[in-house]
Amino acid sequence: MIPPVLSIQGLTTSFRVDGVWRPVVENLSFDVGPRETVAIVGESGSGKSVTALSTMRLLPAANSRVEGRILLQGRDLLALPEAEMRQVRGNDVAMIFQEPMTSLNPVLTVGFQVAEALVYHRGMNQAAAEAEALRLFERVRIPAARSRFHEYPHRFSGGMRQRVMIAMALACKPKLLIADEPTTALDVTIQAQILELVKMLQEEEGMSVLFITHDMGVVAEIADRTVVMYKGLAVEEGPTAEVFRAPRAPYTRALLSAVPELGSMAGRARPMRFPVVDIVTGGSDQPVEVPDTVAAAERPLLEVSNLVTRFDIRGGILSRVTGRVHAVESVSFSLHAGETLALVGESGCGKSTTGRSILRLVPPSAGRIMFEGKDIASLGRTGLRAMRRRMQMIFQDPFASLNPRRTVGAALAEPITVHGLAGKAEARERVAELLRKVGLSPDMASRYPHEFSGGQRQRLCIARALALEPRLIVADEAVSALDVSIKAQVLNLMLDLQAELGLAYLFISHDIAVVERVSHRIAVMYMGEVVEIGPRAAIFEAPQHPYTKRLMAAVPVPDPARRAMRRGLSNDEIRSPVRAPDFVPPVRTYREVAPGHVVQVAGEEWDRA
Amino acid sequence: MSAFIVKRLGFAVITLWAVLTLVFFIVRVVPGDPAQVVLGDQATADAIAAMRVRLGLDRPLVLQYAEFLFGALRGDWGISLVTGRPVLVEVMDVLPWTLELTVASLFIGAIIGIPLGVWAAVNRNRIPDYVTRLASLLGLSFPAFVSGILLLILFAIQLRWFPVISAQAEGVGGWLRALALPAFNLGLIMAAYITRVTRSAMLEVLSEDFVRTARAKGVPWRVVVWRHALRNALIPVITIVGLYLGVLIGNSVLTEIVFNRPGLGKLIVGALNQRDYTMLQGMMVIYTLVVIVVNLLTDLAYGAADPRVKLK
Amino acid sequence: MSATARPRNAAIAATIRAFNANKTSWFGLGVFILVVALAILAPWIAPNDPIEQDIFSKLQGPSSTYPLGTDYFGRCILSRLLYGARYSLLIGVVSTLAAMLIGSTIGILAGWHGGRFDVIVMQAMDVMLAFPALILGLIIVAVLGPTLTNIIVAIAFTSIPAFARIARAPTISVKEREYVEACRALGFSDARIMFLHILPNIFAEILVMSSLWLASAIRTEASLAFIGLGLKPPTPTWGGMIREGFENILDSYWLALAPGTAILVVVFALNLLGDGLRDAVDPKLKGEQ
Repeated sequence: MIPPVLSIQGLTTSFRVDGVWRPVVENLSFDVGPRETVAIVGESGSGKSVTALSTMRLLPAANSRVEGRILLQGRDLLALPEAEMRQVRGNDVAMIFQEPMTSLNPVLTVGFQVAEALVYHRGMNQAAAEAEALRLFERVRIPAARSRFHEYPHRFSGGMRQRVMIAMALACKPKLLIADEPTTALDVTIQAQILELVKMLQEEEGMSVLFITHDMGVVAEIADRTVVMYKGLAVEEGPTAEVFRAPRAPYTRALLSAVPELGSMAGRARPMRFPVVDIVTGGSDQPVEVPDTVAAAERPLLEVSNLVTRFDIRGGILSRVTGRVHAVESVSFSLHAGETLALVGESGCGKSTTGRSILRLVPPSAGRIMFEGKDIASLGRTGLRAMRRRMQMIFQDPFASLNPRRTVGAALAEPITVHGLAGKAEARERVAELLRKVGLSPDMASRYPHEFSGGQRQRLCIARALALEPRLIVADEAVSALDVSIKAQVLNLMLDLQAELGLAYLFISHDIAVVERVSHRIAVMYMGEVVEIGPRAAIFEAPQHPYTKRLMAAVPVPDPARRAMRRGLSNDEIRSPVRAPDFVPPVRTYREVAPGHVVQVAGEEWDRA
Repeated sequence: MSAFIVKRLGFAVITLWAVLTLVFFIVRVVPGDPAQVVLGDQATADAIAAMRVRLGLDRPLVLQYAEFLFGALRGDWGISLVTGRPVLVEVMDVLPWTLELTVASLFIGAIIGIPLGVWAAVNRNRIPDYVTRLASLLGLSFPAFVSGILLLILFAIQLRWFPVISAQAEGVGGWLRALALPAFNLGLIMAAYITRVTRSAMLEVLSEDFVRTARAKGVPWRVVVWRHALRNALIPVITIVGLYLGVLIGNSVLTEIVFNRPGLGKLIVGALNQRDYTMLQGMMVIYTLVVIVVNLLTDLAYGAADPRVKLK
Repeated sequence: MSATARPRNAAIAATIRAFNANKTSWFGLGVFILVVALAILAPWIAPNDPIEQDIFSKLQGPSSTYPLGTDYFGRCILSRLLYGARYSLLIGVVSTLAAMLIGSTIGILAGWHGGRFDVIVMQAMDVMLAFPALILGLIIVAVLGPTLTNIIVAIAFTSIPAFARIARAPTISVKEREYVEACRALGFSDARIMFLHILPNIFAEILVMSSLWLASAIRTEASLAFIGLGLKPPTPTWGGMIREGFENILDSYWLALAPGTAILVVVFALNLLGDGLRDAVDPKLKGEQ
């Protein structure tokens, strides 16, 4: 048997919280073989990142304690003096992190930062180290590597910064690369590039990879073996294909059933609930298709035509307009009562701004927004306030969207009393009713937001949005910050509420797999424009626009059988919607390929795609 | 970068104009006739009228304003009512004294404060940190005249190591001896401020992701601290030290009085006591200029320390 | 998680815990309360009249009649110190409160409205902040005359920009939080959002800063008096007492020591208090203790 590169034996890591030692990882053991990729997968609080930092011994010494053995090629890292451990870091074991935007030093050039490891571990002089670093830049496919070598990190996009991080990690040809959620902060097409790059470099270098992620799709795509962690314990370990095909632990089953699988909705007309799995027994209910809620015969609740939202960028000596963000560019769509329209796209595509423009949280520059048959641009102050009762918003971050200093009851009652819908006593009853409606107990009204978990807070936000009995809810990445199992529960709640109240959702999301599950229709946005809009089945089964196709291909699918599939290495970046002040957007033409399925005629920029 | 400088310069000009205008109108709008104020309560009506002519207060306001602005630009800030010499000459006579004092104390403050702040941050919540925090807090609690008097009593009166009046200076040795006490008085207070700013900036930077990255690639801890962290921490330190300029100048006034040292501070206090209001006008302008120049220098230093600034 | 992400009762508990971690802040609070008590009780506990001159017992050392000795005019130093504390604290507290009210309002409005209004207001504040507060105070008092009200106005005026800055920064960060955006989506008025949703979340930070600025105000008042622009003699002020001692520094420097120590102790106590409080509410430092 070949000895493993990394062998973790009985690892227990504890943190001191208020003077008490609390284990965060308990008695964890697993091996990483030569050239093997092992994924640790789990939700927040599972201890997966702490495992990585324990291995690197990067946890703060004052309030953390690491016990057990961490053997790197037979040498116990936990027993090494700090000076020797320093020789291991970046040399034998290298690490890349989740946040490429903050992981590079802003005041040192990228070239210097990559060369630095070579100077310390290989004893190279600065010139030799920089020559080697430049070679690494080319290996990680940074375009124009030579000219960008002496630039500072702020000139690089997130994807490019992650490439710099990878170059830095590979500098000393480590035996083991630890990747801690390296693609979580990236857009899906960039994520696909980085995963592809890691796979290729691993083969070339012959190194082992410990890959930490919360995304089952990414696991399926990259890992030979998988360790599933839950609350500090390894609940399951095995070859990735086996873990996916026949999960043994109830938790793994729950996790997998909550993961929407791209393409699994083929042949279904309406959104589907997520299966509810009991974490203890692993038993599951049979998810059902939701009833038909779309009021297709009536006039659409919301009609957006040629909506434009631009932001000026001022600069220079006289604060003149030096550029313009074309956040939303001539966007049109309609939405019926009881219908879910998803706006999908990558960062900077304008999907959030579209939602905010409709609620007039940002002022639209042009276009018409008709809500319940009324043009909202013509509304005055009082009209706008009345209109806001009828359309509400749910935000991404459930921790930031509730005022920390008000009780839940006060937060839910406030919109009711401010709008004069009810007196104090009646409002209290309404609050109780709202809490019940979102699956919480009415006696929670006296608690403060910090006493709730992330998923519960998102339920509270939904309850607050419902307080004014709206007909339209703009959900801006409403479930993106939640763990998969919680995400499934909140989505189920949203589907139930739609069936019960006939709500229309404008569901803004970057998560294509979730969108497939919950929406009736989909609009794909790119650079502020809708490039394709149509029924969910049409978009997923017969995508027409080159961008839609690229987006769909980039989504990681939780199916290890597709692992051999290669996408080819690309280093395209997401283009910025910032334009010169005199930029005139091109006039787009659209064609209807099927009833209700409209595609933008692709411009020249797509010719090579 | 050039657009950045031009913009700051433009802002400086506007600031200067705003202060000049403010000074001009304050002197004229505030209740009480300046001529009356200058001459005191017992002055005759004739004397006051004569003074009004001498001050140019009898002419139309717009004309006065234009002359004042134009004069300020040309360096003609009027004649001191007390000494009869041009205000600019009086100011230029003592400016080097104040500059030498403030630059020396800033230097002392940085040399002591930055390493101390780094040391405290690295040893967070341990003895060095507690001692440094307490000492720096005590340092910035000292009114400059109290600390100055203590230094004077101890080192000049009791120990006689330094002169009591630090104006006379013979040779480099004498100059240094005369400068030492006032510069240390100001410098130690400055060091207290800089220590605290450096400490908190370092604490923040040391928890940044890129510090973890540097450690993960095996860079020695001292290099992580002094190269990776301190370079970033200096950016806020520069800004905040720029903001403490006002404290520094205020303390320099008190220091100059205590050590009986010529300088802008002594000049302004003299002008206040003798109601030399052309001198006061001139002093306001010179202080504004100093503030503007130092702000510009701060911005430039900031731009040099932070590569992201060039984007603007 | 930041401090603003906690509700009131939990925030208070956490604040007390963090405050407890810093024993020196209790010391600061204790000393400050003691000084306030002494100042309030001055008419009852002062051994002598602070203004009455006794030419025959000038420059005396400590005795049972004059516990800290007498000054050049034969006045009781201890009594002058006790009465002086009243003026120092009165001027400090009133000017700091005024600056806090005006400055925070400016800061919240600027932070909330943003745009040109914010740029212009804050650049004006920055210029004022960079301009030496002592010089500005000197000129204001010199022009208006050294009365109690004018000194308070001058000191308040010089600390307005600091409070504007202090209030603006958290307003902007709170404003960008989604719960404020949710308030707008729910159709709440600007005033309601500013006073019911933003102010309570930034009030702790403002209050902490006030204790540090109270220290600064007391120091500025003493400096003005030392330069000769304090309350007119024979009113006892600490700065004025130091001035009298300093004028005769070669033969009776100890006259400056007692009031000098008094100022230092009060300012240091307030700084200890404010420093501990700041650590207690600083979101960045919280949770690490």
